[in-house]
Amino acid sequence: MTATAALAAGFADPVHDAQGCFRTIMNAMARPGTLQVLGQTHLTPPAPLTPAAAAIALTLFDYDTPVWLDKQLAQSESVKAFLRFHTGAPIVCEPVEAAFALIADPANMLPLASFNQGSAEYPDTSTTLILIGQNLNNADGVMLEGPGIKDTQTFETAPVPQLFWDQVISNNAQFPRGVDLIFAGTDTIAALPRSTSVTLKEA
Amino acid sequence: MNATAQIFDQGEYNFAYLDEQTKRMIRRAILKGIAIPGYQVPFASREMPMPYGWGTGGVQVTASILGKDDCLKMIDQGSDDTTNAVSLRGFFEKTANVRTTYETSEATVIQTRHRIPEKKLREDQVLVFQVPIPEPLRFLEPRETETRKMHALEDYGLMHVKLYEDIAKNGHIATTYAYPVMVNDRYVMDPSPTPKFDNPKIDEMAALQLYGAGREKRIYAIPPYTKVKSLDFEDYPFEVQKFDKPCGLCGAEHVYLDEVILDDKGGRMFVCSDSDYCEERRAAGHVGPMAANPAAQQIGGHGTNAEEASR
Repeated sequence: MTATAALAAGFADPVHDAQGCFRTIMNAMARPGTLQVLGQTHLTPPAPLTPAAAAIALTLFDYDTPVWLDKQLAQSESVKAFLRFHTGAPIVCEPVEAAFALIADPANMLPLASFNQGSAEYPDTSTTLILIGQNLNNADGVMLEGPGIKDTQTFETAPVPQLFWDQVISNNAQFPRGVDLIFAGTDTIAALPRSTSVTLKEA
Repeated sequence: MNATAQIFDQGEYNFAYLDEQTKRMIRRAILKGIAIPGYQVPFASREMPMPYGWGTGGVQVTASILGKDDCLKMIDQGSDDTTNAVSLRGFFEKTANVRTTYETSEATVIQTRHRIPEKKLREDQVLVFQVPIPEPLRFLEPRETETRKMHALEDYGLMHVKLYEDIAKNGHIATTYAYPVMVNDRYVMDPSPTPKFDNPKIDEMAALQLYGAGREKRIYAIPPYTKVKSLDFEDYPFEVQKFDKPCGLCGAEHVYLDEVILDDKGGRMFVCSDSDYCEERRAAGHVGPMAANPAAQQIGGHGTNAEEASR
């Protein structure tokens, strides 16, 4: 074992920090595309994990949730040590086996269809994807409609792959099966459940 | 301080009773429920220090979302001061030491047994329902394997047959509570045994709705502004209960009323089921036809003062 840097700390107040973070994620999921402000987490996770992504991980992951990491994250031993120690979540190699997928390099991410889509009887067994380092805004971009949205909601996020929004549209088309997406920015997060329908911006 | 704060200060339980792993498991189920509106997410329901039927599902959902800055309201059949509401409010005062209230507009989390407040809910509020039987098809098809397949295939013919049989037997749809709804044009859902009077409030509600069934181990949800349609037929459209009299105490019309027996000589009156709504109206000077009746005063007349003092 090489002498690695000391393990970064988890939540200072595990009960209330996790609760606050969960309420932010819950509000994001219940109001697709809206930017929800994540309170100060004081987390200093190893790169390429960001404080916002680490807060989501510590809030939702545990030994019941197999986690898949993209190449950038999987190459970092300190990220794996951080997640293993603080969450106990098993780290898996196959995206279809994962309850959660952490993606540090969204521009080159796998297609949404490579992850677990859930079954018709149990659509809840699908993967939830967490995209790290996103620049989110509501000024421009695609138009969202569906449960949780009063009329329509504009939403833009970057970086994402070129065909990302087409994949999101196909993901919604197979409702109730499909993956759910959480976008982690620096101090804001947004979510896109499978129930949201997307209209692309006129080119 | 009072005994409640002392119990919390002893720190014998984790905040809001449940351990953190259980909360995480329930939180994940809530997120799935929100992502698939109306779909019943299985969860590993825990034994709670209260019997099934007292709202163990709702309590677990509330415990998982509750934060120390929340303000909690508990209602049982519309009322804040009946046994179930008092017990569960005390439970969270003791285990989470959160602020509690009777006022609908003050609360951030409202846990309810079988009613939706008359006052319109806001976007920053969460409504948690206690659910006994979450499966709307259960009394038509007892096998979980079959009902799951029916939901998967969107095969809801049986439910329409049931409503049709109501009409064939009674001349109208006789289902008055737990009236099945279609959520976002996909899942048929049981809105818990709320009177069908409340069904229109579920549709396009500004607040997030979470449903917890402890014994049956299911969580489901309706996000804000979601289309929720009560099942019906073109020639027998969905209708809510109508009352020919206003509330006896506050004179409110177009609200859900409870019958209260006043004596053993046939005396009775109808009053708002939503006790906070009724009190607020009376405080604002609204007077119902029975308000001056001494027997009625005994029931609704102790008013806000005595209750404020006892809080």
